[in-house]
Parts: sequence; C-alpha cells; structure tokens
Amino acid sequence: MKKRLATVWLDGCSGCHMSFLDLDERLIEVAEKADLVYSPLVDIKEFPGDVDVALVEGAVSSEEDLHKIQMIRRKVKTLVSLGDCSVTANVPGMRNAFGVKAVCDRAYTENVTLNPGTPAQVIPRLLPYARPIHEVVNVDVFIPGCPPSADTIYYALTELLEGRQPELSAKTRFGA
Amino acid sequence: MSPTNVVKPGTKPVQPASNVKTLQIDGKDFSARPEETILDVARQNKIFIPRLCELEGLSDVGACRLCLVEVKGSNKLLPACVTRVYEGMEVTTNSPRLAAYRRMIIELLFTERNHICSVCVSNGHCDLQWMAQKLGLTHVHFPYRYPKANVDASHERFVIDHNRCILCTRCVRVCDEIEGAHVWDVMGRGIDAKVVTDLNEAWGNSETCTSCGKCVHVCPTGALSEKGHAVAEMEKRRHFLPYLTMMRESQE
Repeated sequence: MKKRLATVWLDGCSGCHMSFLDLDERLIEVAEKADLVYSPLVDIKEFPGDVDVALVEGAVSSEEDLHKIQMIRRKVKTLVSLGDCSVTANVPGMRNAFGVKAVCDRAYTENVTLNPGTPAQVIPRLLPYARPIHEVVNVDVFIPGCPPSADTIYYALTELLEGRQPELSAKTRFGA
Repeated sequence: MSPTNVVKPGTKPVQPASNVKTLQIDGKDFSARPEETILDVARQNKIFIPRLCELEGLSDVGACRLCLVEVKGSNKLLPACVTRVYEGMEVTTNSPRLAAYRRMIIELLFTERNHICSVCVSNGHCDLQWMAQKLGLTHVHFPYRYPKANVDASHERFVIDHNRCILCTRCVRVCDEIEGAHVWDVMGRGIDAKVVTDLNEAWGNSETCTSCGKCVHVCPTGALSEKGHAVAEMEKRRHFLPYLTMMRESQE
C-alpha cells in the first residue's frame, strides 16, 4: 500500500520546500511510493489523519505554529524536522534575544508610514521565542541544513518510505 | 659474551636507563618522551582526538574538554592535551561514554550563544560546525539560551561577534604568546565570561592592538572575522603558526 506523505511549512523561508522540489524527476519516483496528502504545494486545507511521514519546515514561532504542530504530531507516525529552522530555530530564532515587542515595533511601527501599529487580528500572535520543533513535540528524525540538499532529502525520504531509519549526520550539517 | 647480558631465570631483565615511556592507546603500544602529552602521542600516530581550544603552536589550556579520554586506574576523565604520559599508561580515546560527553559539550556550546550557521561568515569553514558533524550531531537536546551578545565592529579591519564565541581563548594565547601584544583577555566569570580587548575597550580604540590579524585566523568559529566577507566567505589561514614556531625554535 502507498504511504501517506505530508509536508508542513511553519516559520521558515520555504527554501526547504524548494529543495524538496529540486528532487526534479525523482519526485515521480517518490509519487509512486507515496501520496502527498497535505502540503503547501497542494490544495488541501485540513491536515488529514493517518499520515506516515511528515516533513516539517520552519521553527515554532507563533500561536498558530504551536497549535498546528501539536495537532500534526497526533496524526503523524514519523515526524521529520526538515532544515535548520525546525532543528535549531535558525534565522527565525534571531529575534529571540530582543523580545517580541521590540521585533513587532520594528516591523509594524518604526519602519511603517501607513497605519503603523502591530495588528491585533488576522496575523497570529508571536510566541516569546521562536523554538526548534523538538522543544515543543517529539521529533523522530532530524535533517539539519539550510536548506538540506535535494540529495539529502531524497535519501532521507526514500529510507523512511521503506521503513528504515536514515543515518544523516554524514550527509548534512547545520548551515549546509 | 658479557655476563651482564645474561638474564638469570626467574629475574626481570635490567631496564636500560632511558627517558622513554611506553604506553597503550586504544590497545596499541606507543613510546613517548616524558614531557609529551597523550594528545602529542595521538597526533604523531594519527589517532583522532577531538578538540577545539587546542592549536599546535599555542600553549594548552584544556578549556574545551572535548579531548577528555579514559585512563585506566583513574575514575576521572582526563584532558589529553594537558595530561603527560607515564610508564604503563593505558588510554582509551573513544567509547560510548566519551562520545556522549563530547556531543553534550558541543550541544552546550551551541546553546550558550547564538550560533546561526546559515548566516555566519565562517559557514563551511568553522571548527565548531565541522566538529558537530564529525561527532554525529543532528540536533541539540538542551534548550537554547538566546543571550543578548554584542558585535564590536569598531576596528578598521576586523569584527568580533560575541554571539559566535566559544571561549576557547585561542585569540588570547596567540596575541600573548606569538604576537606579544596581549590585547585579548577574558573578563567575567562562568556564563558571563567573554573575551575583551584591552580593559574592555572598543577594539577600534585599542592602543595595544597591532592589527596583525593572528587572532582572527586562529579563531575556530566566525566570532573573529575580517571585514568585507559575506556568508561562508571567511576562510581562516593558519599556516603562519607552525612556521613562526619553527623559526623561533631554530633561533633558540
């Protein structure tokens, strides 16, 4: 039976998803082994149940991210931290030393001429710190890299879809 | 045949008077001079012992604790860079216990400051990053501290970014021991410790700095860098250090 694959985009630049798309023709091979049941690359709004593997890009930065990742953890067998933002908080975490207020003031007030002020609606509220996913929920596999190369993602994904545990430390590193 | 060469049955052969110590590293026999450290012997024999503060040509301080090894008969782990060999010593340089401690040390270094490899000038040329990968690190188990650390770009040619400093003190030692200027030192204690120029003056105002750049090039991370480099562009050049050491020793 085909595996059920999901990809998730939290607080990251989508570079890891771009690297995933860089699998190029190997995407067809992946599609033969798994159905992409949820992803920012496909038009499905609700995260479905019984997902075998979820690749999660991005740090947990907002209340929405936190809600999402907790819900996703419950529905996924193998949760994969994909890329430095999800593994270390990386660039989203660079705000952490300054505090949410200073960051929002800089973004929504100091550098803005039209309607300055931090929005109270629509935009999810930021958490005090942008955090790696594994500080919030259990993570099964870590793929560091900014972004991890397509070859690394291909290796990890094919191993996971075959039910094996990928050995990643030799293939990628922080900042790779 | 001289009678002194005959070993009587039941007695030990007379040891020749010599300063050579014999020891075992990872089950193999080696010989060393008594003033040599475990790391000296390991290095000569291509046995890898991880370390970040040690740099050949500088004094050893045992600051990073990565080179901790097991020595039979000692219930403590001993730093290979500052532990002298002795006769009959039995050293283990790698074990699951040592590997776990070493990974823990690297993880704590990552949590202590703000190491963001992806935006660092030294990305791809960093000893800390390389060591993390070498020791099989894929993530950090401890919560990050996110301290607010300064960047001092007041020097005309160089920058210190305290976010990336691991307090190895290579800069302090190279400036003192090789350049002879002693611009750098360590200020504060424990988690508040940081390297400073002069008496915590801005680097650009330092009257003792000769702008030689040795500190920049021995720095294992992107903490010290030359201005004008973008992400991943700062490659350290350290060949001057063994060269200078060799020239000085030949003059002594």
